[in-house]
Amino acid sequence: MVNQATVKLGVENLSIHYGDEAALEGVSFDIREHEIFGIIGPANAGKTSFLKAINRMDVFNPNMKVGGSIKFNGLDVSKVRNVYGLRRRIGVVFPLPVGLPLSVYDNVALAPRLAGQKDTAELNVIVERCLTRAALWDEVKDRLDSLGSMLSGGQQQRLTIARALSQEPELLMLDEFSIAVDPVTTMRIEDVLKELKSEMTIILVTNLVQQARRLADRTAFFLEGNCLDVGITEDLFTGEVSDQRTRDYVEGRFG
Amino acid sequence: MNNKQSTAPEAVNDFDQLNRDWYIDKAVQILVFLGGISAIIFIIGIFVFISKEGFGFLLGDFSFKEFFFSPNWRPTSENKVTYGILALIAGTASVTGLAMLIAIPFSLGTAIFIAEFATGKTREFLKITVELLAAIPSVVWGFIGLAMMNPLIIDIFDVPVGLNVLNAGIILGLMAAPIMTSIAEDALKAVPDRYREAAEAMGATRWQVIYKVVLPAAKNGLLGAVLLGVGRGFGETMAVLMATGHAINIPTSVFDSVRALTATIAAELGETAVGSSHYQALFTIGISLFVITFIINLIADLVVRGVKKG
Amino acid sequence: MFEATQINRKNLGREKLSRIVLGGMTAILILPVILILGTLIYKGAPVVSFDFLFTSPTNGMTAGGIFPALLGTILLVIVALLASVPLGVAAAIYLSEYAPDNWFTRTINLAIINLAGVPSIVHALFGLGAFVIFFRFGTSILAASLTLAIMTLPVVIVATRESLQAVPMAFREACWNMGATRWQTIRRIVLPNAVTGILTGVILEVSRTAGETAPIMFTGAVFFLPFLPQGVFDQTMALSLHLFVVSTQVPEMPEAVPYGVALVLIGLVLLMNSVSIALRMYLRGKKKW
Repeated sequence: MVNQATVKLGVENLSIHYGDEAALEGVSFDIREHEIFGIIGPANAGKTSFLKAINRMDVFNPNMKVGGSIKFNGLDVSKVRNVYGLRRRIGVVFPLPVGLPLSVYDNVALAPRLAGQKDTAELNVIVERCLTRAALWDEVKDRLDSLGSMLSGGQQQRLTIARALSQEPELLMLDEFSIAVDPVTTMRIEDVLKELKSEMTIILVTNLVQQARRLADRTAFFLEGNCLDVGITEDLFTGEVSDQRTRDYVEGRFG
Repeated sequence: MNNKQSTAPEAVNDFDQLNRDWYIDKAVQILVFLGGISAIIFIIGIFVFISKEGFGFLLGDFSFKEFFFSPNWRPTSENKVTYGILALIAGTASVTGLAMLIAIPFSLGTAIFIAEFATGKTREFLKITVELLAAIPSVVWGFIGLAMMNPLIIDIFDVPVGLNVLNAGIILGLMAAPIMTSIAEDALKAVPDRYREAAEAMGATRWQVIYKVVLPAAKNGLLGAVLLGVGRGFGETMAVLMATGHAINIPTSVFDSVRALTATIAAELGETAVGSSHYQALFTIGISLFVITFIINLIADLVVRGVKKG
Repeated sequence: MFEATQINRKNLGREKLSRIVLGGMTAILILPVILILGTLIYKGAPVVSFDFLFTSPTNGMTAGGIFPALLGTILLVIVALLASVPLGVAAAIYLSEYAPDNWFTRTINLAIINLAGVPSIVHALFGLGAFVIFFRFGTSILAASLTLAIMTLPVVIVATRESLQAVPMAFREACWNMGATRWQTIRRIVLPNAVTGILTGVILEVSRTAGETAPIMFTGAVFFLPFLPQGVFDQTMALSLHLFVVSTQVPEMPEAVPYGVALVLIGLVLLMNSVSIALRMYLRGKKKW
């Protein structure tokens, strides 16, 4: 059963080099609109580099060379003129929680303000919605002007998620978001992600194989800079795999 | 799975426009770059402008041998005008030399004391005191040399004149010491604690740790501090102007009055006509000072960053 | 148990000795200066009064006050700040936020260090050649202030750069990932958190500028003006130059007057430095992350 879904992100023969070292090589697949696309694999497999190439954060590292192409809505990201506009449409959550040294409110209101939103009532709505979705609203609703950078680690991580959501992104990328978050909250956020799928496309990079199984429609397996398998998530666990190592990894035999 | 109609990519990618934010960012980039290169522009500019004013002298009356090797600085002589700065160099060198003789051991000792022995409130107090001492303006130091050291020297040593190498040397030493102390202290602090811990684990006393481990490890930074002090000594104007007396001669004792290169410019520039030979000769002294301190600073920077010369 | 052996005792003794010697050296360095300052206060305080600060000198400067010099110094400092702070902050932003790690950046840093090491009289010559003569400002507050500005530019640059670099990189990356431009990130996150540090540097610059004599001697400051300056193209008196004048150029000066002037100048400078130090200590306590 093939759905006529749009390709949100087209990756073709992608390679990423740091100096002479290859972090990623020969990666090709499509990520479809409104799906949760999982990426699993051991550390240093190139997963984080992949995300950095998507929103062009590679420009900040002169050592980083990106080959091949990534097409966002059909537009090659390396040929984008306004790279800030591109980044605004893509929300990222990295494993290290970062609360900006602004009030909690201003943390979440930052992206809308940068986009030109000035109306206070509107901003209030956005802030509450994003904090609620990030499972943080109840804890901070009475102290919205406390400093974001002074919250606990788990709260800062949820604040980071709220900030990403405040961009109203077309593409949301989460890189091992649950490392800094306790299991109960992780569950709540996973539920939110399942709902968000209808509004955006989600890339979920995770170390937790079961998390991929729970959330991702399709999943890719990265190992040592190569993408060994891409397919419907359940297939990786019980169906046919292109590479035996994929099955070994999901069954916990290494990594 | 949704079966949404795929929208045309062009409409979806309407973010890819060069907007106001983009232009502002580019403009800022240019502005700050200009700010960044301003230091280079100014250094070059200083050299250019002082060379321009001294140029005529260099092409005209200047003789390398006479300028650098004759002790006769007689720009206003009626018989024979000579522009020899040897005596002035001797003046600067003798005062700076004496100042370093005083300042180096004391600033090093103080730096070691603050960095390795003092703790808590004592250390805070000492650091703040040193910082405040470093802030005293040079004209105030010159005044101190004039009003306080002068009579003191005359009294204690029973000499006729108290404005001399000794006076300026002590003053300059007291001036340079706080700055050298700060830099030396930074150099000592930069030595990682694990060096100290390793030595202490082997049973060394505090002093042995300092002498055998910390000082050698910090020697680049310490050398840098010394060079900086020398550079400051060479370039100091007001204090030496007021404390050295006004005799242009090569000193034979610390009680001799001398004249420094910097002080000569300060003392005589006001009385020269713009563009005259004397005026240009003074600018030439300025060029020499610029070059000397430039070289000293260059060496100090290389030394501190641990790169060996040659 | 563990008795101090012969060798240990000798070592401990040496340690005690070194502590005493070094402590003594520190004292020898600091005490004379404290004595000197004490003498300044003792001999100068009788002269310093409200009148002293706010009236003009009379009787060939042997009597009266120092107001024109005080005012002149303030004017020179303000104009110098107006020139050097925007430029210095811009330069520091470039170095901290934009400059790549290459030879060109190293050259800029070298230029800054050298600029800081140029003798003050050479700055004076430069100011004379460039601002007074070439740009035809004549001897004026403008020429003198610009000379001072270039001289103290390194102080502002270094203090600003350090405060900017103290802001963690993670904050910038979080903003960039959201699509903020570099300038937006600087404006909203980096600069506001560096302001106190910048202020510390500015206050330091003020204290340095107020005390300088040589750079203003030939570029705009004069021994005596019968009237107050009206604009930036006028000459002015200045506190530092005034001290030089009253201690060396005026015959029959009562002993206390130069002490008074020195006291005011040093008081001003030390006050500014203390404010800067206090600000730094306040900063240390007020952590935002």
